Amino acid sequence: MKKNGVKMIKINSKNVDVYYGKKQALFNINLDIEENQVTALIGPSGCGKSTFLRCLNRMNDVIDICRVKGQIIINDFDINDKSCDVVRLREKIGMVFQKPNPFPKTIYENISYGPTIHGMAQSKNEMDEIVETSLKKAALWEEVKDRLHEPGTGLSGGQQQRLCIARAISVKPEVILMDEPCSALDPIATAQIEELIDELKKDHTIIIVTHSMAQAARVSQNTGFFHLGELIEHGSTDKIFKNPENKKTQDYITGRFG
Amino acid sequence: MNKNKEQLLNKRYKAEKRFRLYGQGAIFMALLFLTIFIFKIFSTGYSAFQKTWLIVPVTFDAELMMLEQNPSKEDLKDADYYDIALKSMADLDPNANEDQKNELKRMVSYFFEREIKRELLNDPSLIGKTKDVYLTASDDLDQVFKGNYPRDLPEDQRRVTDYQLKIFDQLVELGKVESKFNLSFFTYPDSREAELAGIASSFMGSIFSILVCLMIAFPVAVLAAIYLEEFAPKNRFTDFIEVNINNLAAVPSIVFGLLGLGILLAVFQLPRSTPLVGGITLSLMTLPTIIIACRASLKAVPPSIREAALAMGASKMQTTMHHTVPLSMPGTLSGTIIGLAQALGETAPLILIGMVAFVNTIPGSPLDPAASLPVQIYIWAESAERGFVEKVSACIMVLLGFLIIMNLFAQIIRHKFEKKWS
Repeated sequence: MKKNGVKMIKINSKNVDVYYGKKQALFNINLDIEENQVTALIGPSGCGKSTFLRCLNRMNDVIDICRVKGQIIINDFDINDKSCDVVRLREKIGMVFQKPNPFPKTIYENISYGPTIHGMAQSKNEMDEIVETSLKKAALWEEVKDRLHEPGTGLSGGQQQRLCIARAISVKPEVILMDEPCSALDPIATAQIEELIDELKKDHTIIIVTHSMAQAARVSQNTGFFHLGELIEHGSTDKIFKNPENKKTQDYITGRFG
Repeated sequence: MNKNKEQLLNKRYKAEKRFRLYGQGAIFMALLFLTIFIFKIFSTGYSAFQKTWLIVPVTFDAELMMLEQNPSKEDLKDADYYDIALKSMADLDPNANEDQKNELKRMVSYFFEREIKRELLNDPSLIGKTKDVYLTASDDLDQVFKGNYPRDLPEDQRRVTDYQLKIFDQLVELGKVESKFNLSFFTYPDSREAELAGIASSFMGSIFSILVCLMIAFPVAVLAAIYLEEFAPKNRFTDFIEVNINNLAAVPSIVFGLLGLGILLAVFQLPRSTPLVGGITLSLMTLPTIIIACRASLKAVPPSIREAALAMGASKMQTTMHHTVPLSMPGTLSGTIIGLAQALGETAPLILIGMVAFVNTIPGSPLDPAASLPVQIYIWAESAERGFVEKVSACIMVLLGFLIIMNLFAQIIRHKFEKKWS
């Protein structure tokens, strides 16, 4: 999104290095993410795109041997700083995973969990409203409104993934990270999710990791291409797909490797 | 070439067939042994649930009982019942000499005057009247009536005399011998007299021990497992602890008994022979079992659930308590029940801490002396009297029933509450 012709930057990463034990997984990543746009991260398997995504909400903390260096600045604040509270950070930055992972609870409880732990609803009515709007935004409301108190795991794969998206947006995050959200879904469910992503970018900044270049081209405004832990090239999706500067990018998007 | 291939294929099919046969054979053998075992226990044990009674006319003679006119309830309690009891047995054969009178007395249980006393306390108007009273037959006659006694042995080789048998047969003919359900097996404590021995003290002892064991082992084990699995850093020290927990699970139970003896009784001076000490000792044994079960079921919770909660901004603690632990509970609980079932059948450590003592009172709390079911089996199996043989099997049946119910419960918990992941 542009304000007065200037791009608004939501996330600004500077010299990010990631190590798994002694092995370095990311090398000096400098990438700016534009606000209220969809940024796609593409690249062959093991190139570090998911690792980078997980840096943005510090999910790498979960892995004992993982170390992250460098600065990632969100809202003028370095999230790798010691003073950063991970719980508050993850409230602001939601995540949707590769495999749908609803809690083995009811649909309602799946959505209400985040608002409950962050104390966002004062009453049952308020919570009902949050659940309804979240499910509506995730284009799932019509399908589940009559069975909110049935288990979320009973839904189909595509519905489960939309439930996970609804769960992520229930706490009104500024950024949503999506780690190959459609790789476990069929083409129809994928199309629904892609449509949804386009809708969500009005309110949220979205970063999506994908293996499908067609998907990157369809949903994103900006694209970053990773290879062997390095950010080879990034820019507007149009430019990356039609007129890449780097030979490797060219080879990858034309399917010569990867 | 083609023929070779055909042969090879045949060989592979045959190998598979053989393997199936071995498996079926193994299962068949296991079932066979189990059937023999259960059949043996049932066939010797079922008769313990019946008890033989002699119906003897008793005259409640106030004079013989040293009772005055219009006795109060206290007087009735303090009265002397031994003489009327003796007399009613002697009256079974008016021609009996002194020796035979003594033999007649030994046809009923050792404490037969108590049964007469109970009768009168229930109905004080019986004074001066005669009533047929049910008296517990001696354990040997009980066995005679059940057909377990070798009557054809020479008289000097058995405890039942020919004279006793003659009178007994007369009573049987008159219909004065009856077999009824042996309620006292469940309500009486242990006794030196087989016909009066029951499992009440050992059953309660087992229940109290298991409760103490559960209350100590479960919280400690679950907290330890949660910490180790979810919070502790993975380093050499935690590896070392893990190895030692597994070692602890393999320590022979008698060692825990020695520990209980050396520390709980000697150092802390806890009361000997009590379910409290027994329970603490058993909890040491159960602890590693529960820790291992709990850790296994925590591990079985998919990491994606933890990630989902963490990504929603839940703290580590919230993730663990709201999601991981509830999801691991079915496995933990069934592991706990199986650990308790193991503890329930444990004998050696309890013998060491003194729960093998002869206890003829029913414990009312974990601080009272008690036996436990497996120890009771051990005590009875050591006894010489024929009457205890069936009691051993009956006690085994009760213990097995208890264990089967517990394991069934564990299965039900696991099946009913286990969640299916997407």
